[in-house]
Amino acid sequence: MKKMQAANLNDFFRAAAAAETVYLPVDSADGARFMKYEDGVTLSMACNTTRSAKDFFFPQVENLVDFKVDGKKIEVIDGREEVEDFVIFGVRACDLASFEILDRVYLNTPPVDSYYKNRREHGTVITLACGRPQETCFCKVFGIDAADPAGDVTCWMLGDDIYFRANTEKGEKLIAACGSLLTDVDEAPVENAKTAIRAMVDKLPIKDLKLDKISERHLLENFNSSVWKDLYESCIGCGTCTFVCPTCQCFDVREFKTNEGVKRFRCWDSCMYSDFTKMAAGNNRLSQLERFRQRFMHKLVYFPANNDGVYSCVGCGRCLKSCPISMNIVKVAKALGGEANE
Amino acid sequence: MSEVNETLIPQLGIVTDIRTDTPDVKTFRVNALDGGKVFEHIPGQCAFLSMPGVGEALFSITSSPTNKEFMEFSIKRCGCVTDWLHSMEVGQMITIRGPYGNGFPVDTDFRHKDLLFIAGGIGLAPLRSVINYVRGNRDKYGKVDIVYGSRSKDDLVDYDEIINEWVNEKDFNVHLTIDREQEGWDGHVGFVPNYVKELGFDTDKTCIICGPPIMIKFTLAGLIELGFKKDQVYTTMELRMKCGVGKCGRCNIGDKYVCKDGPVFRCDQLDEMPSEY
Repeated sequence: MKKMQAANLNDFFRAAAAAETVYLPVDSADGARFMKYEDGVTLSMACNTTRSAKDFFFPQVENLVDFKVDGKKIEVIDGREEVEDFVIFGVRACDLASFEILDRVYLNTPPVDSYYKNRREHGTVITLACGRPQETCFCKVFGIDAADPAGDVTCWMLGDDIYFRANTEKGEKLIAACGSLLTDVDEAPVENAKTAIRAMVDKLPIKDLKLDKISERHLLENFNSSVWKDLYESCIGCGTCTFVCPTCQCFDVREFKTNEGVKRFRCWDSCMYSDFTKMAAGNNRLSQLERFRQRFMHKLVYFPANNDGVYSCVGCGRCLKSCPISMNIVKVAKALGGEANE
Repeated sequence: MSEVNETLIPQLGIVTDIRTDTPDVKTFRVNALDGGKVFEHIPGQCAFLSMPGVGEALFSITSSPTNKEFMEFSIKRCGCVTDWLHSMEVGQMITIRGPYGNGFPVDTDFRHKDLLFIAGGIGLAPLRSVINYVRGNRDKYGKVDIVYGSRSKDDLVDYDEIINEWVNEKDFNVHLTIDREQEGWDGHVGFVPNYVKELGFDTDKTCIICGPPIMIKFTLAGLIELGFKKDQVYTTMELRMKCGVGKCGRCNIGDKYVCKDGPVFRCDQLDEMPSEY
């Protein structure tokens, strides 16, 4: 365990940024967002960023391949390059857990997604224990410990001091590079802080959300539940929940013509949109009920069925804050899960 | 990076023949640039074809793997990409990636079975791969019945192969039908599901169905009436897809992805899946 004075944080970022690009949560007009470290940029004290951290590994828009077309001839241009090493500072436990969910899709289920893998391998993640969990937080439901996230390095901000613990070789290297700023210390203050954070988490209103009923039931019973009809009605299909969600990973593949040829890219897409499944033969999800059900069934039932029971939700609470009609996964889980949550 | 294999980056193929099968179906022959096939496949598997700047779409591979020279795709004109494909000429390069999906269990469950193929319209495209695979390995399969129907005689895909080759194959019975009476047609007239019931097959056959959803629905009901069990009936499905490998998130039915867990499903497996999407 190492310690540094919070006043020196800027020096720490500067030292880290000398070797690789550093991103950190910074206050902006629409809440905290990850921004590149430069002189004068300071760490946000917000509970978490408005958008999730998935962009670092699964960007909103990403080039896949280029083509040149000349008459009947086509040339395929594979423009993939190793990305440069980068550091993300201030990732909370929920967002770290979302990386493991994205890993299941893009790394652990063959074939490996080379674009995702490339970013994942070059990113160093510095997590930050949650100092101020909010009423919308429910990571504990998914077994996530807001007080002690892993990642390459874990940080705790305690008053005037910041504590660092390297968890991986990558983390050790980063800490070593900033060595002169850090001093070896005893873990006791951090242990006390963890206890305090866990006590705060235990007082949060949604911490007892029960998913057992949903998990025990047959998939079709959940699918055919009468609750969908009542729940979906207010959904306006804006897709905001999918965009702020750290685990939503659906994408579209599209193209545009440039002066040089054609760029094929992928971009985030949303199962909440009416054209998501539209094809020449018709659209198999014609109503918002079907689209709404798909999103929550995927997170609470389908994903766990294919991933050792792991839910595709980390309880970050972003959808609770951003949905314009105040619908969210907690309301759905409560309704679908039945009396256990009343 | 470029040495790392990436399924989303396609290969190139060249269209070496275009055959007009029906007013809205053409069959495209695709070769690798240096001849031969771009990749091997199992009957029932699919591939993404694209023209950069127009779009990419998934098609079942119509040819059989026993064809060692080229791949064929029978494609109905019905959207942006297919419109473009129908307008191209021989010698055109296209991009191709695959194969995707599980394919039919031709070398396991189908072996030494009597097979009943039931197809409607362009639904013959994926079954043709299986049928010609069976023809290429004739001693490994029992008797073959094929029930194939379309709107009119002109809409039967690759009628020539059916009439000149399939009907002459040993232990092959081909039953064609069209929806309405037509001049020059002295064969059966009527919809596929009813025709299947009229023909009344032995219930020890393994059935393979593909066609419009409504045809599949009524044909399956008819087969059950005849005494077939759902685990004897296979079908192949299609939903919108972007990746082909279970990541883009749009072709699922329940917890199954049509792209990688399908497109071929046994009908008893479908019972375990939601009836809607």
